[in-house]
Amino acid sequence: MNWLIKGARLLGGESTDLLVRDGLVAEIDRGLDAPGAERIDADGLVILPGLVDLHTHLREPGREDAETVDSGSQSAALGGFTAVHAMANTDPVADTAGVVEQVWRLGREAGYVDVRPVGAVTVGLRGERLAELGAMADSPAGVRVFSDDGHCVSDAVLMRRALEYVKAFDGVVAQHAQEPRLTEGAQMNEGELSGRLGLRGWPAVAEEAIIARDVLLAAHVGSRVHICHVSAAGSVEIIRWAKSKGWDVTAEVTPHHLLLTDELAATYDPRYKVNPPLRTLADVSALREGLADGTIDIVATDHAPHPVEDKESEWDAAAMGMLGLETALSVVQAAMVDTGLLDWTGVADRMSYRPARIGRCDTGPHAQGRPVAAGEPANLVLVDPAHARTISGREMASLSHNTPFEGMKLPGRVVATFLRGRPTVLDGVLR
Amino acid sequence: MRHLLSAADLSREQATLVLDTAAEMAHLTGGRAVKKLPTLRGRTVVNLFFEDSTRTRTSFELAAKRLSADVVNFSAKGSSLSKGESLKDTALTLAAMGADAVVVRHSASGAPHRLAHSGWIRANVINAGDGTHEHPTQALLDAFTMRNHLGELDGRRIAIVGDVLHSRVARSNVLLLRTLGAEVTLVAPPTLLPVGVGAWPCEVSYELDPVLAKSDAVMMLRVQRERMNAAFFPSAREYSRRYGLDARRFGLLPDDALVLHPGPMNRGMEITADVADSERSVIVEQVTNGVYVRMAVLYLLLAGGEAEAAS
Amino acid sequence: MPSPVSRVGSPTRDLTGSRPVLEAPEISRALTRMAHELVERNKGAADLVLLGIPSRGVPLARRLAERIAAAEGHPIPVGALDVTMYRDDLRLRPARALEHTDIPPGGVDGKIVVLVDDVLFSGRTVRAALTALDDVGRPRAVRLAVLVDRGHRELPIRADHVGKNIPTSMRESVKVLLDEVDGHDAVLIGSEEGVA
Repeated sequence: MNWLIKGARLLGGESTDLLVRDGLVAEIDRGLDAPGAERIDADGLVILPGLVDLHTHLREPGREDAETVDSGSQSAALGGFTAVHAMANTDPVADTAGVVEQVWRLGREAGYVDVRPVGAVTVGLRGERLAELGAMADSPAGVRVFSDDGHCVSDAVLMRRALEYVKAFDGVVAQHAQEPRLTEGAQMNEGELSGRLGLRGWPAVAEEAIIARDVLLAAHVGSRVHICHVSAAGSVEIIRWAKSKGWDVTAEVTPHHLLLTDELAATYDPRYKVNPPLRTLADVSALREGLADGTIDIVATDHAPHPVEDKESEWDAAAMGMLGLETALSVVQAAMVDTGLLDWTGVADRMSYRPARIGRCDTGPHAQGRPVAAGEPANLVLVDPAHARTISGREMASLSHNTPFEGMKLPGRVVATFLRGRPTVLDGVLR
Repeated sequence: MRHLLSAADLSREQATLVLDTAAEMAHLTGGRAVKKLPTLRGRTVVNLFFEDSTRTRTSFELAAKRLSADVVNFSAKGSSLSKGESLKDTALTLAAMGADAVVVRHSASGAPHRLAHSGWIRANVINAGDGTHEHPTQALLDAFTMRNHLGELDGRRIAIVGDVLHSRVARSNVLLLRTLGAEVTLVAPPTLLPVGVGAWPCEVSYELDPVLAKSDAVMMLRVQRERMNAAFFPSAREYSRRYGLDARRFGLLPDDALVLHPGPMNRGMEITADVADSERSVIVEQVTNGVYVRMAVLYLLLAGGEAEAAS
Repeated sequence: MPSPVSRVGSPTRDLTGSRPVLEAPEISRALTRMAHELVERNKGAADLVLLGIPSRGVPLARRLAERIAAAEGHPIPVGALDVTMYRDDLRLRPARALEHTDIPPGGVDGKIVVLVDDVLFSGRTVRAALTALDDVGRPRAVRLAVLVDRGHRELPIRADHVGKNIPTSMRESVKVLLDEVDGHDAVLIGSEEGVA
């Protein structure tokens, strides 16, 4: 099946036609015609490369009550993603070739997005000894990103070893920067509000201190390092400084950290409880600027599904985490595009090209994050920026409903998603 | 107003109304042989205590019974954390029982807030202490006690001393005393003050002696010895030496100054026995006043019934 | 929790559309007559205790006590009995602020208690007062003295001493103004739906 997309704005630019044939982008030009191809009227729609998420929690194996690879893949496709990196904090932990291969196969069976498993850095995420990183890299899953996300690799020697070891197969360690001793029992951003609300604070310095240590370590051993879910203004400054030294540091920010602040904790509603926590307006501004100037390389959702009972209790007892796949593009549009900080070309860069580069999936037969150009695989997303929608967790494909944007009106709607020329979403509905 | 979750919920007029009503309650039931008023007959007040507290629970129970309400004590051991019945399920059970008011004490800050705003119950919610967040009726009975001795609290200088970081009593008192026009000074080592305390409507000092000489009342907060294991202070001895109210410091207080403590006391830690038992200590009165203040709160929240719920 | 708003009968009420049916001299005469009736009925002033029902019953009770004291030559115990906590219609309105209760030092046990109020209407206030009195002690007898009886009783309650009977319709309201509270004395009838 071939597809002729008529009148789309390529990366938000000029209106043009695009022909998808045999899984590739065949032609991009005005006035295209292709008898036998399905036509899509894309007047007013923006066409972007398929989005690549470097940080998703698919929960399978172990927490299929919250999400499965299948339901998470559906969520991703609806959000405009064609590839997601599935984090390793499953049960059992993805710290062996066997588990990563299982997740990879489940992704292929679901068939909505390319699921690229992330391997744990340490066995069982316990931070004691390295997992078999090489075996995971060599497995059919081809793991290149390693992370103990959920936990920090806090032992400096272990982090050093991990940074060194992955060089052998062009891997990268993605650090969840959280000094554990400074954040024991932490519930929300440490600041004036946490003192008033009586919730234990998670100080920004616990993130900044680890980032500072790790960029210096990476530089010292000549490795690259990636920083997960940056949440604080100070962290942005440290990363900017590290990059100015020419060090190979990359960083991500979540959509929720671009839009929401810790004021929401005053409701004591755990839908706003997340790790790292929502912080202040000053932090949100710094993160937006960082993403705009490229200090923060990518947007990554940290999609974290939780069943209702884990989010319906008193704050202290609730799980940390927010859904993100189906709202990511809308939130980025609201926070960055509609505010003039980033154009659609920039969105393509931060949400497709760079994440694929960091994850090392931008080459080869299943390449993602390629430019939208003739000869490239047709991984595409069609967005209607003019269509605003009210967010409802119940209406999402995810098995969970814990979205912090519940009831909010957000701009933009994914109309179609193509995975190597095959539509996974058409008219905003799964295929 | 349907709920009392925080001292900040009360305007100056409302807080004064509570205190005046408590005064009348004390006047009506204090000396009489018959201590009961029929006002809340037919209403059900549930004491929902997730944290043990015989003192506060008994106080609320007495208050409700003196207004002829039916009292149910629901001691919910465990919480969602320890896999006991969840907050939501407990709430739904209470709603099914027809509770008119729920008095909640919980170790998690914000739990009463969740109960009040979740839509699980329709009852009035009274916060009897949530985590390190607030304890509004304690602040009200403290203010009532001080007012009885000092008169109107405008311009009065109150010192609150001790583990402010972990104290819901401190938070509620700072808010309420400020609402009533008093000037509050918090005294504690820097480790026991929350980040951002500079934005609170009060002064802060690391030194106790100079503050005592200018205070009309000093409220000593409980300090747990175990805090030294988390490095909040080096030893119990150093804490009580620098921040304990002993006989020498007692002598620095003005002649009419009051000594308060929300209880239970750690005699020898934040306060010595002789000071706790001195004639300027109103610690026992605080307990008595607690019943009157809680009667006032229950009356003002509940007595109006349907009209109040509709407004 | 209600905001403390002005209670029924406070000086800030809107009095437009009301007309006076009693002025200060008539009120004074009525009170003097009532005081004499009280003493006559009681065959003297022994064991009399006057308790005014707040808010305007209290100054009325004091005025009655002064007149009796002037005639008998010794002071008469007088005080106040707030009935808010005993009302049977609490649930129908927001919780009211309490008034002050002041029982004279001699108490009420074995005494002749005279409850004093400004307007007698449904009778529920007096019924609440009787319940409240139960918790204070055991009087030998209880009497009721009101400045105005406007009819429309909902309970079997009647006044022993009335200043003036003023038949009214349910759509009318009766307001008593007193110098101690409102700056001058008058009894007004208005046309809005007021409840005593």
